[in-house]
Amino acid sequence: MTTLTATQAPVRWWQSRVMRRFVGHRLALLGLVMISALALICIIGPYLLPYDSLYIDLRARFAPPMTGQHYLGTDPLGRDIAARLFMAGRISLLVGFTAMVLATLVGTLVGVIAGYRGGWISAVLMRTVDGFLSYPSIFLLLALSAALKPSPMMITVIIAITGWMEVARIVEAEVRSLKEREFVLAGRMLGLSRMHIMFREILPNVTGPIIVAATLTVARAILLEAYVSFLGFGIQPPLPSWGNMLNGAQQYLATAPWLAIIPGIAITIAVSSFNFIGDGLRDALDVRNDTL
Amino acid sequence: MPAFLLSRFLQSAVLLVIVSIIGFTVLNLMPGGPLAQYGLDPGMTMDDMERLKDQLGLNRPIWVQYFDWAWRLVQGDWGTSFRDGTPVLSVIGRHLFATLLLMGSSTVIAIAVGTWIGIRGATHRYSLFDYVATIGAMVALSIPTFWFGLVGIYVFSLKLGWLPAGNMYTIGDGSVLNYLHHLIMPSVVLALVHIAIWSRYMRTATLDVISQEFVKTARAKGVTERRVLMKHVVGNALLPMITLAGVQLPSILTGALVTETVFTWPGMGRLFLDSLGYSDYPVVMGLLMFSAILTIAGNLIADIVVALVDPRIRLA
Repeated sequence: MTTLTATQAPVRWWQSRVMRRFVGHRLALLGLVMISALALICIIGPYLLPYDSLYIDLRARFAPPMTGQHYLGTDPLGRDIAARLFMAGRISLLVGFTAMVLATLVGTLVGVIAGYRGGWISAVLMRTVDGFLSYPSIFLLLALSAALKPSPMMITVIIAITGWMEVARIVEAEVRSLKEREFVLAGRMLGLSRMHIMFREILPNVTGPIIVAATLTVARAILLEAYVSFLGFGIQPPLPSWGNMLNGAQQYLATAPWLAIIPGIAITIAVSSFNFIGDGLRDALDVRNDTL
Repeated sequence: MPAFLLSRFLQSAVLLVIVSIIGFTVLNLMPGGPLAQYGLDPGMTMDDMERLKDQLGLNRPIWVQYFDWAWRLVQGDWGTSFRDGTPVLSVIGRHLFATLLLMGSSTVIAIAVGTWIGIRGATHRYSLFDYVATIGAMVALSIPTFWFGLVGIYVFSLKLGWLPAGNMYTIGDGSVLNYLHHLIMPSVVLALVHIAIWSRYMRTATLDVISQEFVKTARAKGVTERRVLMKHVVGNALLPMITLAGVQLPSILTGALVTETVFTWPGMGRLFLDSLGYSDYPVVMGLLMFSAILTIAGNLIADIVVALVDPRIRLA
């Protein structure tokens, strides 16, 4: 995206074709607004609420939403759900975002090397990608989180381990077709190093597909974090995450349904925002691939 | 065809080796490694542990251990459960039916509904239906399966009382109807995401086929639109979907694990979580390997079916 705007100096970045098409995609814009609002409220929300996310009030257990200043009710320990939801949002969004960065870095690295080098290097790398894709992500995720101590950082790394393959595949395919182009040949004739050609000449041309894949990877990462934390193997209490807020919710479903409903809505909003944005970016950047 | 089959089998074999290496790595990451079982026994001294390591060959080079482990895997010796000492494969076998039943029924739902939505979206492109389906699919992909299950239980079990909240059957009532009654909600919950995926791909595939020459020819010959759609378009559009079904297997298994947890469904997913809770690593490892093998086999079968149906691939 940067290269595109840099070469068209008089056109400001917000006037670029990509930008116009992205804004023209109403769903993508809606996604952007939703996720910005959600992130903002998670950042400033806790300061505006009268209760701390860890404050236990046993007299106010299971308060339904809109009782007093518990706008979203309280949980089985009488903790304010709104406060917990916002703190959990910080964690869930941060984990999702960091996992995306890690997964995208690894995926891009593997994809560029496999795509450019070809031969046995490519064979080994891409079959490894296939190998990881053969495991249902949650099985691998749970086995790894049982094996390693489930600190938030470790969960993030584990989610990245199960999520870098899509990026690698997309980048590999792009690089493989790009390396036959004239500018790469020109680069080689100029005597540029392999590293320079791979990462300075070819990689900028793959930015579009990488951005799209990265956006969709955030959505996936947030969902996966919610899955493992819901199952009790992810982010550990007292640290709240959207997933572990739902962890005990099922047993109170009859008496306190808001415990289950509220965090789920937050997850759905966050994940669909990223899916909308990714879809809009795909249209805007004209990336042809049919991964959903 | 034989050449195609051979190369596909070889690819799958290579993939199996890679998958087993990943699996072996995970196994060695487990706390206590393969000896975790004995670590739980307070009567074990460090000396005992060392002796056991020697006996079990854990002091050998890592690649020797890998080949040993892989060879036993091939022979069907997947170890025994820490919990009750039964062989891992028979533990998995006991839970296989429930999972296959759930996956099967939800796949049928996903294919039926997804295909219909996809074709309608393609034939009525940019209609209200198409927009709702497109947005709906994206939202459906964003809903956590377990949360959808919880909402389903709240509405249909707790509020309306129409459907059971969990389990595979009522104890003492083994009738087919009773099974079906329990099957409805989990399979619909599990199907949701796949309806979304299936309908998106089906829409694209249908659009691809509709714009091809032979469809134009059929129309020009005066074949009715309905017949064109059913005879010429749908069949061809479904072809890439066979591959998709294979590729989607891991994600269905992931969904099944979560769905089974919410609905206390006695399948492989529940077994996996229970085993994880009991640190029953042989079963965890067994399920991990089993699910990967299932995926590889599924993809292989899908490719073979496509080749059988489509001569272009078989003869290429």
